[in-house]
Amino acid sequence: MKTLEEIKSAIEAAIPGAGVEIISNPSPSAQHSLLLTPSHAADAAKFLRDDPELVLDFLSNVTGVDWPDKEIAEKVKVKRQITKTVEGPDGTSVAQQVEEEVEETRKRVEPGYLESVYHLYSVAKKHGPLVLRMRTVNRTDRVELPTFTFIWRSAEFQEREIFDLYGIIFTGHPDLRRLLMWEGFKDHPMRKDYVEPDDFEYEPTAHDEILKRHKAHQAVAPGQEGAAPAQ
Amino acid sequence: MNSSAIEFEKRDGWNRPPVITPEGDGELLEIAMGPHHPSTHGVFRMDVTLDGERVVHLKPVFGYLHRNHEKIAEGASYLASMPYTDRLDYFCSLSNNWAYALAVEKLAGQEVPERAQYIRVITAELTRIQNHASAVGFLIQDMGASGTPLMYAFKEREKILDLFEQLTGSRMMCNYMRFGGCRVDVSSAWLDQTRKVVAGLPQFADEFETLLTGNEILMARTQGVGVLPPALAVSAGVTGPMLRASGVNYDIRKVDHYGIYDRFDFKVPLGDHWDVYDRFMIRLLELRESIKILNQALKDIPAGPIMDPKARIRNFRPKPGEAYGRIEAPKGELGFYLISDGSANPYRYRVRPPSLINLTILEDMCLGNNVADVVLILGSVDIVLGEVDR
Repeated sequence: MKTLEEIKSAIEAAIPGAGVEIISNPSPSAQHSLLLTPSHAADAAKFLRDDPELVLDFLSNVTGVDWPDKEIAEKVKVKRQITKTVEGPDGTSVAQQVEEEVEETRKRVEPGYLESVYHLYSVAKKHGPLVLRMRTVNRTDRVELPTFTFIWRSAEFQEREIFDLYGIIFTGHPDLRRLLMWEGFKDHPMRKDYVEPDDFEYEPTAHDEILKRHKAHQAVAPGQEGAAPAQ
Repeated sequence: MNSSAIEFEKRDGWNRPPVITPEGDGELLEIAMGPHHPSTHGVFRMDVTLDGERVVHLKPVFGYLHRNHEKIAEGASYLASMPYTDRLDYFCSLSNNWAYALAVEKLAGQEVPERAQYIRVITAELTRIQNHASAVGFLIQDMGASGTPLMYAFKEREKILDLFEQLTGSRMMCNYMRFGGCRVDVSSAWLDQTRKVVAGLPQFADEFETLLTGNEILMARTQGVGVLPPALAVSAGVTGPMLRASGVNYDIRKVDHYGIYDRFDFKVPLGDHWDVYDRFMIRLLELRESIKILNQALKDIPAGPIMDPKARIRNFRPKPGEAYGRIEAPKGELGFYLISDGSANPYRYRVRPPSLINLTILEDMCLGNNVADVVLILGSVDIVLGEVDR
């Protein structure tokens, strides 16, 4: 198979503005990957499938990864103006502006994202894997990525699973429903910040405190937000 | 109407299920096959819409056995997930062990000693034989041959499970492989016992084929049913015996040469009618090829260590990075995708389940067939729900 750099330049030559980035993998497996821009990903995927040298006709594995917001504490040296009282030449004290360097800890939040990872092989040429990735803008309201179901049918159920467990919305997917969890389930269990519901099985009787905790977990049906919770 | 008459057309430029127009008065019946239908081999449901006896729509429904294996594994250490992989496809725990060990070995850059490689091949091929025998047995059972062929298969499977029990302490939940080798060494007595069992396998295969291959009812029920064309099979990510029954020459043992599979002489049987009967035949032929591999491996197995001396069991922390490792499991391509962040647990742990992905194409194969054939087509896919739902 071509090297990753060759594939990257081939995609960029075939699709202007595709913007492909190589993500290196420091592990001994050396399976480096290509990061695609979601807006051009479908064209790039079609190119990879149909290119006579690559013929990546078999999409083996599709999966999601959650990268939550990272809080990074950095120590920064800051110059500050401070007022110091110094003794003047004639014996009186004079206020003087002095510049001093102080070390400060600043917290910076690196925004998180959801990622979908694809492992491509070629059945015709018997080579692979080529690893592709796509990233959403954030983890809350802009979680759309283009679907690959139209290019490789094997993405159909696997994208549904990612939608179910991670909450990535695959735009254009013909049947985007939850795959493993039930309809009406609210959360996405594979996310790193998912909170498991309480387990009541060990409680001999329902105490007030437990009932209160239980109510906090109960899903409110749409349109009933203001209504009194069910007893 | 027979499914081979349906054009697997590419509508709107992609492979989507064909549309079946109802005939007659157009009255449709919706039934739920499962989750407790005996032919689903577990808790799995198919929402089927019927026009008379013809299938017009079929939607598989999953999740009855879902326990979020991947999330549990992310909270456990690398080794702690090894016994849990046994529970994925509980017929083939040793193949699951190997796939997971292979992925972790790729991630951590570990080597496996020669003797351990041979033990892995021997146990994985024994697993394949008992899986294929019982898959065929279940398929015939679904057809209505109650018991007899399945018991023929189970008689042989029991001998192989006894070997597993002697070696690992457990018949089905073997938990045998480790990163960089295997848990315990095989004894020469075990190898002799295995040679004896393997020597009896060709006779079993002949007997099984005499019983089934030329059977008139089997041929009438399965030939031309559930046709899956090669191009569609590749696009749908179908792997394993199902892909090869569709005439596509793709066996990961031959493609990746993982382990030491480049040393063995074996053939990859291919189907040419792409139907349920081909899937049945491919499994029997692969069973014979596995016997060939076993004979070679049992002859050549060298003495030596079974664990990489540099392998760490305690405090195992691979360097940050990711790896995807896959093997040819009896049901298809079983892959594990791992991301390490340098800690003792995997940051991301993903199982690529062949049973689930082979079901992607179930609707296409069933449309236009009689409802009784749905049972056979599902049986020929060979699923285990522990792996489908994870």
